[in-house]
Amino acid sequence: MWETVIGLEIHVQLSTESKLFSSASTDFGADQNTQASVIDLAMPGVLPVLNKNAVDMAVKFGLAVDAKIARKSIFARKNYFYPDLPKGYQISQYELPIVFDGKLDIYVDGTKKSVGITRAHLEEDAGKSIHDLYEAESAIDLNRAGTPLIEIVSEPDMRSSKEAVTYLKKIHSIVKSLGISDGNMQEGSFRCDANISLRKPGDEFGTRAEIKNINSFKFVESAINYEVIRQKDILESGESVIQETRLYDPKKDETRPMRSKEEANDYRYFPDPDLLPVEISQEKIDKIKLTLPELPDDKKDRYKNNYGLKEDDAEILSLNSNLSTFFDESIKESDSNPQLVANFILSELVGLCNKHNIDISVATIKPSHISQLMNYIAQGKISSKQAKDILNELWTGKLDIDEIIRSKNIEQVSDTGILMKEAQKILEKHPKEVQDYKNGKDKLMGFFVGQIMKEMKGKANPKVLNEILNKLLKE
Amino acid sequence: MNFKSVKEILTAIKNKDVSVIELTSNYLDKIKERDDELNCFITLTEEFALDKARKIDEEIAKNKVRALSGLPIAQKDIFCTKNIKTSCGSKMLDNFVSPYNATVIEKLNNAGTIMLGKTNMDEFAMGSSNETSFYGPVKNPWDTEYVPGGSSGGSASAVAARISPCSTGTDTGGSIRQPASLCGICGLKPTYGRVSRYGMIAFASSLDQAGIFTTDALDAAILLKEISGYDEKDSTSSSVEVPDYHSYCLSDTNYNYTVGIPEEFVKDLNDDVKKVFYDSVKVLEKIGCKIKTINLKYTSLGVSAYQVVAPAECSSNLSRFDGVRYGHRSDNSSDLENLYRESRSEGFGKEVKRRILVGTYALSAGYYDAYYLKAQKVRNLIANDFRDAFDQVDLIIGPTTPDKAFKIGEKMNDPIAMYLSDVYTVSTNLAGLPAMSIPMGFKENMPLGLQIIGNHFDEKNILKISHLYQQETDWHKREPGK
Repeated sequence: MWETVIGLEIHVQLSTESKLFSSASTDFGADQNTQASVIDLAMPGVLPVLNKNAVDMAVKFGLAVDAKIARKSIFARKNYFYPDLPKGYQISQYELPIVFDGKLDIYVDGTKKSVGITRAHLEEDAGKSIHDLYEAESAIDLNRAGTPLIEIVSEPDMRSSKEAVTYLKKIHSIVKSLGISDGNMQEGSFRCDANISLRKPGDEFGTRAEIKNINSFKFVESAINYEVIRQKDILESGESVIQETRLYDPKKDETRPMRSKEEANDYRYFPDPDLLPVEISQEKIDKIKLTLPELPDDKKDRYKNNYGLKEDDAEILSLNSNLSTFFDESIKESDSNPQLVANFILSELVGLCNKHNIDISVATIKPSHISQLMNYIAQGKISSKQAKDILNELWTGKLDIDEIIRSKNIEQVSDTGILMKEAQKILEKHPKEVQDYKNGKDKLMGFFVGQIMKEMKGKANPKVLNEILNKLLKE
Repeated sequence: MNFKSVKEILTAIKNKDVSVIELTSNYLDKIKERDDELNCFITLTEEFALDKARKIDEEIAKNKVRALSGLPIAQKDIFCTKNIKTSCGSKMLDNFVSPYNATVIEKLNNAGTIMLGKTNMDEFAMGSSNETSFYGPVKNPWDTEYVPGGSSGGSASAVAARISPCSTGTDTGGSIRQPASLCGICGLKPTYGRVSRYGMIAFASSLDQAGIFTTDALDAAILLKEISGYDEKDSTSSSVEVPDYHSYCLSDTNYNYTVGIPEEFVKDLNDDVKKVFYDSVKVLEKIGCKIKTINLKYTSLGVSAYQVVAPAECSSNLSRFDGVRYGHRSDNSSDLENLYRESRSEGFGKEVKRRILVGTYALSAGYYDAYYLKAQKVRNLIANDFRDAFDQVDLIIGPTTPDKAFKIGEKMNDPIAMYLSDVYTVSTNLAGLPAMSIPMGFKENMPLGLQIIGNHFDEKNILKISHLYQQETDWHKREPGK
């Protein structure tokens, strides 16, 4: 009955070595205020000088989302007072952003949907205010001040939290594939504001609430879901939603109105007279185009067409660049069927990662482990059940698969001689069942396998064993 | 010790006729003798100057001579000077010691100059009389009842009083040329982008330009070369080649300049100024210039456009003075908003507040188009006006100011009258053009300046015509009290 309308503004920190307008380092985690130059501190008389790498990165992003690149874009000042904003204005882009009019296709429940990207502009980040360090005073760390960001603004094209998260994941995967951001959400390199409103289908857009600074995919989903219910309750009780900025509290799983920074937001934008317009030639754009790496959509096609992966698996892998890198590495050294490798990674390994809340890129288990395990399965050396056990062992830090197999004594027996002997023993022990089987009681096959497995402590290679039993029972 | 020019000083030092330490001490003594009355300096950098003088003397002894070795200079207190107080004439920065050098300072230091001190100025360069300074008004050495002009009043007065052979200034709407005119010396505002703005505390970024005060045009030519050039720290600085202005001035090439006089610059002049101006026109004719009447039809809109653009930019540029990281912080701040309000209320003077308010208003939602955008359009019209004029003439001249200096206090309560005294100077800032004021005579014993405006990056011809003019006149040699 209510249609949810969602637009996202994503802030992506660019992985340049120095800041957008100064030569100070952008490394995360340094001591407070050690990475703030006279420019970042807004000393009297200093001037900004544009970091050209940041411009190239923004262009890369624009090309990756099929957007137009402004041949001339302009930096503007967004004026407001806040202690972590040293100049009293943020240098951003306002009327002429560097990237505009792009789009991104997402797949939700097997359906393709196109999300419009209104614009992506370059801007500098603010510093950090820390309110809980001292009792009666606030502290300011300006290390982050001046760090380059692109703000990616979508059209209000998404209709569910699922679509929003899929879009967000795809943008995340794109910026990581492009190498323009580390995408680290915990450190704030990738964060998003969600604009949410409800309407009756076909009506004008409703009044929206903006949820600021959400820094995980899960929280985006929860925040939107909470907000949808909140707004629905308001609207159904006949009241109206207030246009406001809210914050999501993951601990309580709710959104709350944010304390407003300035009474009225008149940012008094005007072109920054300290900076020249950014002009980019078509040649430059063409040159950057040639450097674009494989993007999520290309990757997905490759997985489907070259490896025969299922649509859903190809989609999941392509949307997570760490995961797809891991998969690509695993495939490289494996003789196994890629779909089996994908299954194993997506169900077993990702399961472990999620359980322990660790990103696959930093897990101790490497792609080479997966290829080895998959090869052993293919060779019949171990069963897939055993592969899972070995994976759990690997996770605990033992990193030699052969050693694990030896120590656990779990190597599968595929030797036909041994299996033949064991099979004959069991068949001789159960003449009646053999007779019944020969009379058509096919189900007894399982009984024979079970008996042999019991005898061999489960180490018989079921495939080889089956073949042997079939042969013996035909005699 | 009585040197008449920068050129003379440089020659004397090079020839070891005088030691730098002697020379520096001599100027410091002159300053101490006169400055109680004139109030040209906010900070005297005596120790710094003497240390540097000794260092340069050592170099000279080893025959290492830099372009400006041993030249004493006064620096406007708008330029950031490392480990030296940089106040910009404001209570807001009364406690501010800069951690770095402005590019202009760096270049002059490297060229071998000796900084005598930091000169008084209108607060944040906002003023035309030097009366808005937190450190009190500067006096005009020709008559201490009169203003020296502003905002670079301390720098101009010091050179006019011969207590410094040269000085730096900045010009946003006339802040070099107007005080040069009122103090009877040369003041050059180069093309926008000719000199780096890095480290020059910003008033209106798109108009601000650093320049110099000297007694004659040749000295200006020598100094301009040293401060000009592209600076990677200032994106708006220009990479246009810097010529050797001095040798150009002395070269034999006679250009027979066509000089334009805009009707709009002379039509409202009082008789005294008019006479002095047309006398100087005769001198130009005598040296071979062809005089042509031209029109700059948007001149009258210049002050209005300027009074929107400059305050708009200043309102944003001065936001950084918030009492959080440096500068004045109020003791009466109970919370954040209070800290801002009280620190800024206490730290800024009346004129600065007036401009911040005007600028904030002009940029506000709903007014932006009517004020800021419209002013930018006027700015384009003015620039086009000049472009068309330079199709017909090589240089444009007029009086620098509508009248001689006014008395201290005379216009302080009439900001509009004060703003209108910039009528002939602001349009060149709006168009980014170079211009210079040189002495052209007197009205009631107070000096008057001739403004020469050139095309973009044509400082060399402004300097050359000034030099030719000064070959024929001795206005620039007149000293107050003599």
